[in-house]
Amino acid sequence: MSEREIVTDVVIIGAGPVGLFAVFELGLLDIKCHLIDILDKPGGQCAELYPEKPIYDIPGFPEISGQHLTDNLLKQAEPFGPTYHYNQMVTELEKLEDGSFVVKTDDNQTFKCKVVVVAAGGGSFQPKRPPVPNIEAFENQSVFYSVRRMEEFRDHDIVIVGGGDSALDWTLNLAPIAKSMTLVHRRDSFRAHTDSVNKMRALAEAGKINFELGQIGDLDGENGQISAVNIKTADGIKALPATRLLPFFGLTMKLGPVADWGLNLHENLINVDTEKFATNTPGIFAIGDINYYPGKLKLILSGFHEAALMGQAAKKIIHPDQKVVFQYTTSSTSLQKKLGVK
Amino acid sequence: MRVYVTDYDGKEHELEALEGWRVMEVIRDWELPIKAECGGACACATCHVFVDPEWADKLHPATDEEEDMLDTVPDVQDNSRLSCQILMSEELDGLKVSLAPSSKPEELVA
Repeated sequence: MSEREIVTDVVIIGAGPVGLFAVFELGLLDIKCHLIDILDKPGGQCAELYPEKPIYDIPGFPEISGQHLTDNLLKQAEPFGPTYHYNQMVTELEKLEDGSFVVKTDDNQTFKCKVVVVAAGGGSFQPKRPPVPNIEAFENQSVFYSVRRMEEFRDHDIVIVGGGDSALDWTLNLAPIAKSMTLVHRRDSFRAHTDSVNKMRALAEAGKINFELGQIGDLDGENGQISAVNIKTADGIKALPATRLLPFFGLTMKLGPVADWGLNLHENLINVDTEKFATNTPGIFAIGDINYYPGKLKLILSGFHEAALMGQAAKKIIHPDQKVVFQYTTSSTSLQKKLGVK
Repeated sequence: MRVYVTDYDGKEHELEALEGWRVMEVIRDWELPIKAECGGACACATCHVFVDPEWADKLHPATDEEEDMLDTVPDVQDNSRLSCQILMSEELDGLKVSLAPSSKPEELVA
């Protein structure tokens, strides 16, 4: 855990396509950025939901994949030396008397900055919670949605549910240290890598792990500690003795702490004006899918436009004494110097 | 043509649909609450519906891609489908589906 305080011009919350392009627009105006994202990589939805799917409505690209667009945006932002902070969620945002902001994350990282740009898309990606009665009472004690420390799982009866890479990878990784390991999936085919599936099947055949076809039903246990996972199978309910449960149903987006920052909201979206994309708190801007204004279209290209206009307004806050000269990258030698092409 | 959609509270809505539209788009266009966070790319499974058993056989079977995404639906059933993968056509005039709890937008979840 880091306890440093980072001082910077702008903190961008969300490293999706719009957050990445904001680095570029702000960079041209000599503004330095730090980006924070809850995912372990840049690109937001483009990288998490559809890295390989083609996008057809990015101007100038008749067809581009989510990952390719992300890679291009990272390259475009690179000359401005942004710093990326992954696997962290912004939990607190406080405005100080001098007009600056303190931003804190759930990894105890603190930032002090002049401007905050919320580019959080549909919110933060968080694990899908299965519709199991009372599951909340066991979460973070015996039910986990990720493995932060493998030791938490040593010598436990572990049940993993799911058919993707997380489910298969952790079945394989935790099997050697588990007291027992059971993988539960609704069908006998998996979207995880074939290689992992083959390894899992080999372990199951050797009797080192169990594989059950079925779906999670409910849990037995008390005081936060599960004792069994009851699954629904073709032959009826089956109780699997368990002291640790890892459900892996992928991620979904939740607004999260954004709702607590005193910003005016419109159905889970942040109200902004269409001149500066400013929120009701001076110094906090919101761009991309997370904002709302009359006529809003949730398109990546709208977010790019919003980033450019936000940049002009942010400049006046960060460098109030500097006159903003509007320039083109095609002709301005000073912009080209910043981009490292001259 | 029409599609009948039962909402989270069990109320049925008769929605006018256009040929070639995705059922998810019809639901969203009529402003029934549905998360559909990826916008129809078969990438998130938050437009999950249960298809009325009488209609299940009339739909084209789910592709491998759709089945893969249904793996990420915790409340999946035998009649589960992603409504972004059902395209309206003459044969589906009168289709009946129910919104699955996993498609509920966050602001409606208590």
